[in-house]
Amino acid sequence: MSMTEDKRIDPADMRIVNHAVPKVDAEALVTGRSVYTNDLAPEDCLIVKIIRSPHAHALIREINTVRAEAVPGIECILTYKDCPDKRFTMAGQTYPEPSPYDRLILDQRMRFVGDAAAIVAGTSEEAVRRAMKLVKIKYEVLEPVLDFRKAKDNPILVHPEDNWRSLCPVGADNKRNLCAHGVSEAGDIDAVLASCEHVIDRVYHTQANQQAMMETFRTYTYMDAYGRINVVSSTQVPFHVRRILANALDIPKSKVRVIKPRIGGGFGAKQTSVSEVYPAIVTWKTGKPAKILFTREESMIASSPRHEMEMHVRVGSDNEGNIRGIDLYTLSNTGAFGEHGPTTVGLSGHKSIPLYGTPEAFRFTYDVVYTNVMSSGAYRGYGATQGIFAVESAVNELAKELGMDPTVLREKNLVREGQIMPAYYGEKTESCALDRCLARAKEMIGWDEKYPCRDMGNGKVRGVGVAMAMQGSGISSVDTGTVAIKVNDDGFYSLMVGATDMGTGCDTILSQMAAECLDCDMKDIIVHGVDTDISPYDTGSYASSTTYVTGMAVVRTCAKLREKICERGAEYLGCSVDDVEFDGEVVTNLKNGESISRKDIGNKVMCFNNEALAASEAFSSPTSPPPFMAGIAEVEIDKETGVVEMVDYAAVVDCGTVVNPALARVQTEGGIAQGIGMALFEDIVYSKKGKDYSNSFMQYKIPSRLDVGNIRVEFESSYEPTGPFGAKSIGEIVINTPSPAIINAIQNAVGVTIRELPATAEKVYRGMQEQKQI
Amino acid sequence: MEIKFVLNEKHMCVDVKADAILMDVLRSLGCKSIKCGCETTNCGLCTVWIDGKSRLSCSVLAASVDGHEITTLEGVEDEAAEFGRFLAAEGGEQCGFCSPGFIMNVLAMKRELTDPDLEEIKEYLAGNLCRCTGYMSQLRAIEKYMAAQKEKEVQA
Amino acid sequence: MITIDNYVKPATLEEAYKLNQARSSRVTGGMMWMRLGKAHVKTLIDLSGLGLDQIHDEDNVIKIGAMCTLRQVEECEALKELFGDGIAESIRHIVGVQFRNQATIGGSIYGRFGFSDVLTAFLALDTFVELYDGGIVRLSDFVDRAPDKDILLSIIVRKGKRKFRYDSIRRTKTDFPVIACAVVTGIVHGQETWYFSVGARPMKAALIEKKWEIPADASEEMIAGYAKEVASEFTYGSNMRGSAEYRRHLTEVLLRREMTSILAEGR
Repeated sequence: MSMTEDKRIDPADMRIVNHAVPKVDAEALVTGRSVYTNDLAPEDCLIVKIIRSPHAHALIREINTVRAEAVPGIECILTYKDCPDKRFTMAGQTYPEPSPYDRLILDQRMRFVGDAAAIVAGTSEEAVRRAMKLVKIKYEVLEPVLDFRKAKDNPILVHPEDNWRSLCPVGADNKRNLCAHGVSEAGDIDAVLASCEHVIDRVYHTQANQQAMMETFRTYTYMDAYGRINVVSSTQVPFHVRRILANALDIPKSKVRVIKPRIGGGFGAKQTSVSEVYPAIVTWKTGKPAKILFTREESMIASSPRHEMEMHVRVGSDNEGNIRGIDLYTLSNTGAFGEHGPTTVGLSGHKSIPLYGTPEAFRFTYDVVYTNVMSSGAYRGYGATQGIFAVESAVNELAKELGMDPTVLREKNLVREGQIMPAYYGEKTESCALDRCLARAKEMIGWDEKYPCRDMGNGKVRGVGVAMAMQGSGISSVDTGTVAIKVNDDGFYSLMVGATDMGTGCDTILSQMAAECLDCDMKDIIVHGVDTDISPYDTGSYASSTTYVTGMAVVRTCAKLREKICERGAEYLGCSVDDVEFDGEVVTNLKNGESISRKDIGNKVMCFNNEALAASEAFSSPTSPPPFMAGIAEVEIDKETGVVEMVDYAAVVDCGTVVNPALARVQTEGGIAQGIGMALFEDIVYSKKGKDYSNSFMQYKIPSRLDVGNIRVEFESSYEPTGPFGAKSIGEIVINTPSPAIINAIQNAVGVTIRELPATAEKVYRGMQEQKQI
Repeated sequence: MEIKFVLNEKHMCVDVKADAILMDVLRSLGCKSIKCGCETTNCGLCTVWIDGKSRLSCSVLAASVDGHEITTLEGVEDEAAEFGRFLAAEGGEQCGFCSPGFIMNVLAMKRELTDPDLEEIKEYLAGNLCRCTGYMSQLRAIEKYMAAQKEKEVQA
Repeated sequence: MITIDNYVKPATLEEAYKLNQARSSRVTGGMMWMRLGKAHVKTLIDLSGLGLDQIHDEDNVIKIGAMCTLRQVEECEALKELFGDGIAESIRHIVGVQFRNQATIGGSIYGRFGFSDVLTAFLALDTFVELYDGGIVRLSDFVDRAPDKDILLSIIVRKGKRKFRYDSIRRTKTDFPVIACAVVTGIVHGQETWYFSVGARPMKAALIEKKWEIPADASEEMIAGYAKEVASEFTYGSNMRGSAEYRRHLTEVLLRREMTSILAEGR
């Protein structure tokens, strides 16, 4: 079923889209083929490792590398003196990046425990390890800023340097430890709240979380025949990495090529260029291939976790539960560097407040501060997760105060199709099935029978809790996807995309869309990983953009290519293009029934041809249509120990048309499991001196399959008129409901409200103790 | 030191250092399916079989497998592909980085447990972490695969 | 990463013991955390060729070779027959099957780790360790000894009519325990005796013995009183996984549940 942008198709009529097609790379993955960065790296790569600061804040006063350089096999040892003094950001964002230019490859100032102090490269791991022990560094230890509540206007500055730069007006000021500041509002929030019969006024805290993708950060680099540096990296943002490396090395962008093979998960972690600069500078300086593999410990202590946030929420309503105003202040901790600091914070308000269509006024204020812990970055949900935890928890507390069922309170207030969302840049919901999502989730879990709780009679009590969520579909007016398709001999198609499949399956779903549009089979289309020399430009896989933005570029490209195939077919058939039709296999002259196959056209264009049979189109959207979701958790709590067990999780998602039901379902289940980890287990704990204790999978506990209970997912599709085949995004929204829903379930089970994640058994127990004392 | 062992039914004689780790040695012998996900024995990505039992190759000294029999995913490729089709049908391989270790342990479970129920399956595979899938699709794939295997047995 | 110069698999225990007397020698169990340490070892001694990987069900004792894997112990029918599911319960939460196919009982006991479930469980039983040079020593004495250059050969559990319960609280199901509690009861020298072993406090397991005659129909309050009393005699500390106060509370709860379960079954 071919589609154009303005033609609406019933998903039931689709041949390939809306079907659970297995991923195009599945067989290679399940048989363990050599497809990942480290599988492909040449044997002769120099091994690159980083000496990391033991101090949260210090200045390097002296580095002695003489003895280390004498270790046999050592190729080079680089210090801050060897690196360009031009600041850049490692954030994978569209230029000009909102994240400040506050980094050097190596700096004299150490800003967190684990900050890079020196780079050691050598021919073997053993030699490099020996040399690392012999590098002598004298630090002048400085007092760090570790409490993010005290960072703003603290006399200790994380970035006192003069060449710190902010390229965008995000309210950043390095002389105040401010990475961003902003206010957005509509209506008179103070007046509205003053006139409300009920106002919930609470502070919530979400911890930093690690994406914990199974493949740690890794990159290898080499020089090619043209004197250019080639970078093979596990990244979500190859085109941004090209710019970041050019900035970091202070070389022309034309000198950099970035290749993305299969990658072992990202979840936003690899939207920051965490590992690339280190082997790149080694290769650029030595001309030799180089490779860095982050250990799990490095991936835990010097990476790009979720921003820790503290959110002060005020929600006001009348006695009937009509929500009249929402006021949110977010304080976000960006850590030592500002990657994604100014942007993540925005989502904490802009993707939580608009869940409610009723308020007469809202205000959203924020500060993002520098501190001496590892830099934060992008993690699935990107600030929305934090904000939704706060706003949804406050709404649940409001329901409690009103003595109202929290689902009923939501039914009264939730945003509906066709509404304008003032807190979402004034966008209108063209597609929204949030009401149906909530209704279905209630049915799935048996809400009416189970709310608020059931005593199981064995010292355990089960409670149910609810939350809603939204996200965007790409960054409006910024994210750009470009797609190219060419026709080859025998008529097979090469689909070229710059969007990065990180295991989620976008190579597959974009192929599905192309096959649907071109009326062909999946096997007629080949697709491969991203190569900035060859692939058309794409901002990359983040901000829930690929299905919606790049997908739409596929639709446009296919439409163009169909026109060209018709033109070429008509030429070969010797008739007018107006007389032909292309059914995917043959171009037919409708006047006389003569036809020519795609195979023959493909072969013919390879001989005596003056125009390439290929098409390339781009897409960028002025809007970012939100997917919506409702999640309901059922937990069981041991009344004596406070231990919380996940029993069941029912989730219903409106991601518009579901492009691939199997993959969308797995996205949802996976996002919920990560959300369960955030709600109950995962925490980055620092010592009083700023050392990260959560430095391994032994100490940072992601859920095992015994910890997630049962997760059930359904879809309530709406049809997004601006999206490909009616689709919206799915990748990020799915992590947003577990924290507030689980906290609500605990609240409904034992009456304890936890406002500081994770909700450990000890916190639940303490809450129950406090209640007993009241 | 020289060690002799059987790798995927082939006899090997390899010179290794005393502290060489089995995972590294096997990867250098071409078994690139083996992945490293942690340094702390928590993730299960590096699972191989030693004398038929699932082990963590990141924490085995190569020297200690002298005289033993090692199986990696490369050695059970057809079986892996067969189960892999069930996994892929559910979308449960996702990024694929944990798939080799996971599949090795699924196939070990198949050999060790008869008719395991859902709880037994989850407990057997608890040492295989996955960050993409939330585990549900893997369980669906296992249940369907086990049912298909049973069907096969009945027919045979 | 631990660096090793020589790997040796001795043919006799005598040879192993001799090799281990050098300061830079080390005996390996399952080698589980070899990538975590930072030591330099001159000679690593692998005991796997010495027949220490068998469980012997003898007349009066069960003798578990130090090189038996945790999985072997978890699945041991003889232990199940004597002590029910308690031993398996103390092992099945440990990381995963692959880990337990590799980690040895000797490594777990010899290491005397604070978080050790296995140590907590066996300490509550009538357990001895057999050392190459030191002979047979009560586990409760061995626990408090500093590591030395002797070699642990086997764990010996005396048979006897004892009831055993094991329980733990963990943050995730396969994490180290926040607290681990074992309770054993039986008639010792004609008198009913209760053994309480609590580990992961977060300090290593310790044992308290009580000569308590508790009637089968003891009230819940009464049992709770006993549990509270014994729980208060242990010391507790705080770390990432829990506070001292919470651990003490959990100990009370788990010990009470275990005692109740034993009393309900009848001794």
